[in-house]
Amino acid sequence: MTEMNENPLDLLPEVLLAASAVLGLLLGSWLPRARQWIVGLLAALACVAGIVAAAVAAAEPALTAFGEAFAVDPVTSTSRIVVLGGTLLVLGVSFRALRADPRETEFYVLVQLAALGALMMAGAQDLLLLAAGYLLASIPAYTLAGFRKDGPGTEAALKYYVIGALLGVLMLTGITVLYATGRGTAYPMLAEAFRDAPKALIATGTIGLLAGVLFKAGGVPAHFWVPDAVQGSSPPVAALLTTIPKIGALAALFRLGEVVFADSTLPWPALVAVLAAASMTLGNLGAFFQQDVKRLLAYSTISQVGYLLMPVAVAGRADLAQQALLYYLAAYAVTNLGAFAVVCALPRAHSLDDYRGLAKERPLLAASLVICLLGLVGTPPTSVFLGKLEAFSAAFDGGYAWLAVLAAVNTVASLFYYLRWIVPAVSRSGPSQPAVGDQAARFVAYAATVVSLGLGLAGGPVLDALAGPINR
Amino acid sequence: MTHLLTALVFAPTAVALLLFALPRRTTPTVFRTVWVAASAAELALVIAMWIGYEADGGMQYEERARWIPSAGVGYHVGVDGLSLPLLALTCLLFLACALYSLRENRRIREFAALFLFLETTCLGLFAALDLILFFVFFDLSIVAMYFVIAGWGHRQAARAALKFFLYTFIGSLALLLGFIGLYLAASPHTFDMVELTEQNPLAGRSVYGALVLLAVVVGLAVKTPTVPFHTWLPPAHVEAPAAGSAILAGVLLKMGTYGFVRIAMPMLPEVWRRYALVLVVIGVLSVLHGALVALAQTDFKRMVAYTSVNHMGYIVLAVGAAAATADSSEQARSLAVTGAVTQMVSHGLLTGALFLLAGVLYERGRTYDMAAYSGVAAVAPLFAAMTGIAAFASLGLPGFSGFIAEFQIFTGSLGPRPLATALSVLGILLTAGLFLRALRQVFTGPLRLPDTPGTPRAFPDIRAHESLAIVPLLALAVVLGVAPRFLLDVIEPASRSVLELLAR
Repeated sequence: MTEMNENPLDLLPEVLLAASAVLGLLLGSWLPRARQWIVGLLAALACVAGIVAAAVAAAEPALTAFGEAFAVDPVTSTSRIVVLGGTLLVLGVSFRALRADPRETEFYVLVQLAALGALMMAGAQDLLLLAAGYLLASIPAYTLAGFRKDGPGTEAALKYYVIGALLGVLMLTGITVLYATGRGTAYPMLAEAFRDAPKALIATGTIGLLAGVLFKAGGVPAHFWVPDAVQGSSPPVAALLTTIPKIGALAALFRLGEVVFADSTLPWPALVAVLAAASMTLGNLGAFFQQDVKRLLAYSTISQVGYLLMPVAVAGRADLAQQALLYYLAAYAVTNLGAFAVVCALPRAHSLDDYRGLAKERPLLAASLVICLLGLVGTPPTSVFLGKLEAFSAAFDGGYAWLAVLAAVNTVASLFYYLRWIVPAVSRSGPSQPAVGDQAARFVAYAATVVSLGLGLAGGPVLDALAGPINR
Repeated sequence: MTHLLTALVFAPTAVALLLFALPRRTTPTVFRTVWVAASAAELALVIAMWIGYEADGGMQYEERARWIPSAGVGYHVGVDGLSLPLLALTCLLFLACALYSLRENRRIREFAALFLFLETTCLGLFAALDLILFFVFFDLSIVAMYFVIAGWGHRQAARAALKFFLYTFIGSLALLLGFIGLYLAASPHTFDMVELTEQNPLAGRSVYGALVLLAVVVGLAVKTPTVPFHTWLPPAHVEAPAAGSAILAGVLLKMGTYGFVRIAMPMLPEVWRRYALVLVVIGVLSVLHGALVALAQTDFKRMVAYTSVNHMGYIVLAVGAAAATADSSEQARSLAVTGAVTQMVSHGLLTGALFLLAGVLYERGRTYDMAAYSGVAAVAPLFAAMTGIAAFASLGLPGFSGFIAEFQIFTGSLGPRPLATALSVLGILLTAGLFLRALRQVFTGPLRLPDTPGTPRAFPDIRAHESLAIVPLLALAVVLGVAPRFLLDVIEPASRSVLELLAR
């Protein structure tokens, strides 16, 4: 066995975030209520420092830390940057809404812990660490969902928690079965053992494992919590729930597919392809006639998980899969957060009709909304278009042309419900909303829109950076 | 100047952004003036490019830049005999629309900005030499046109715009799947059109090739549109504002047919030849269906819209017939392709003019219903004369551009596909009938004007800005009908090279 690497500096972004969360909690206990925003600032600084550290680490060759439990490779580095960047945007949209809230500090700390959980899931190379990451990502999120302590929030938190607890237990059961099958929990060891392990055992264990990871990703069949939790919680929390944990979960799924199951006896590609197809289709069907904007976006995120699962399905079979997934994750995160930032910027607008006349009142905000929603459809030149192009190409290349065709059909269908939102927003008639709004959230929306467009136009260098080899 | 083409493509969008930089309280006149000036400058630029173009020089004004190399995507644009006429047509029609809209008052800044952006997407599409670049402009043109129809259209505009968006978006995704198929078949993987044309990556792979061709043809056929994918067209045209209809019919429809000669024929020659008969059949069906349904219309604008289906059918017939190698001379087939490109230009000019004239009619009478009008020639002789010229040119009377185009198409297609060509000639007869009927209804007889409440009673003759927009289109149609050589000299070498590529 090689010498064990226990250098905590390899986990610098994670360490920074954890330290900032703990420090923030302590600091919050001593700060007067009017100055608790300092904790938020600290969190933002930790995110920025973490992004820098992750970017530096990304330039180094890939390595594993703490035995073989945690991998630092392009998948981890990209997830780190996307998760931390996403967290920064979430902090931005919640800054004004939570100003001088009695529990302002707690909010920032919980956001950081949830993000930390997503980071651990993305880098985990050991099933037990994955389970720990799952719990770390889940428990703060349950609390955040019910943070407002109102009726819908309580319902959201309860539903989220009950489903999360159930699927978490299933996941632990699955991990136990896989441990029994592979006599280990480290991915490389499992990959070795699964080459000729009994199919039924692997399948049982994998289904349990997938239940938990798909819960975090919000994909079919573990998607039932998404609409209620997103609609019930406050807009900034909804933005967090639909973005940050997904990144960790999809990175974890990709790693599982690429490292553990690529050569196993389990038909992993077919299994994930079916899940992808179900997710994109059912998410779209659910979104069709929604009136509440958060609920509409919630269903849209379910369908987006379907598209994101396409490269996961062909992990290890198509050269493009890794680039496609990582690029799409980044594009999705920033575009989805942009759309949610618009929702946060207009706290009084709940239904699609409330957006009527937005273009007249706030033309820039309306433009951001249109660009983000068309971006989610996959209209060029936004970044999601390039992500979809790569994902489609990867699916074709991996022998799943039917999945790409289905995704194309679903994309057309999705246009319908996004347009149901765009049309009132750009129409000139209708009662004009009193232009109360959250300025900080507005700027986040503009920033996310610009990044979403810029990432699409300057996709070349980004894609190159994502192509490095994954740890095995 | 090496970046001439890029400047041509992106200048309108730059001007559009400039319009938004102007303060909100700027008078509408400024916006209109900037719009007209920018469109005129674009036309001047494209004329300069035409003058500098060498007819036998192949691809010219070519520019390449790295964009997304790891995805096989590059910025690659260029001009040849297929694209130059369409670029010029685009610039001319956009100038006509800018002039026509000199009286437009509803949110003129947004209207002008959208049209300028739309001009970029159209020019970019015809100049693109990379499939993804082509696709980007293809999709953006749909988005921009959606907002034109939904924002400035008539009563049912929202529904028509949605239908337009969904249909053409389905087409664009089919196209994207086809492009990915081409990309993965090429080695090294690339989206570059020139390289794909050289490689002919699907040679000898009949099933794969057929599926890719199916995806590409469906995508382009929705846009063209041909039967049975044409159902989005009539509502979109009827509900769109006049300038929007003119661009939609004059330029956007050409994107489909341009795709056939630029992408499908040179990149998939083997399968194209095998399935060309299907296209011939679709072409004939479009010709006859379009003409017959147009004959049944009472709404002037809807009638013109259906004649577009008919006219685009001739183009599909020509590109299908060109593939039939059976005992026809090289020259005859070359005639068919040249005729197809000429028809694109001719149809753009004439339908553009007809839709603008329909807009004039609506602006006076607030209805397109032909039965509501009678004897209009007495009060508006110039308007009547222009509509008459446009209608006669559109039905293919000698002396106009439509005749040159259709004559070449029929001569070129008659050898390889005699039956289909004979059936298509019936289309001309039908169009002649329907145009004459419409002219008789609206312009002759005792004077009668629609008198629904709120409509102005007077029917003023064509105004200066309207004739400034329409007369050049008709004049050019006459010039092309009398002295078409300057256009044909540009198209013919390019169409010969398409046929060489097709014969591989």
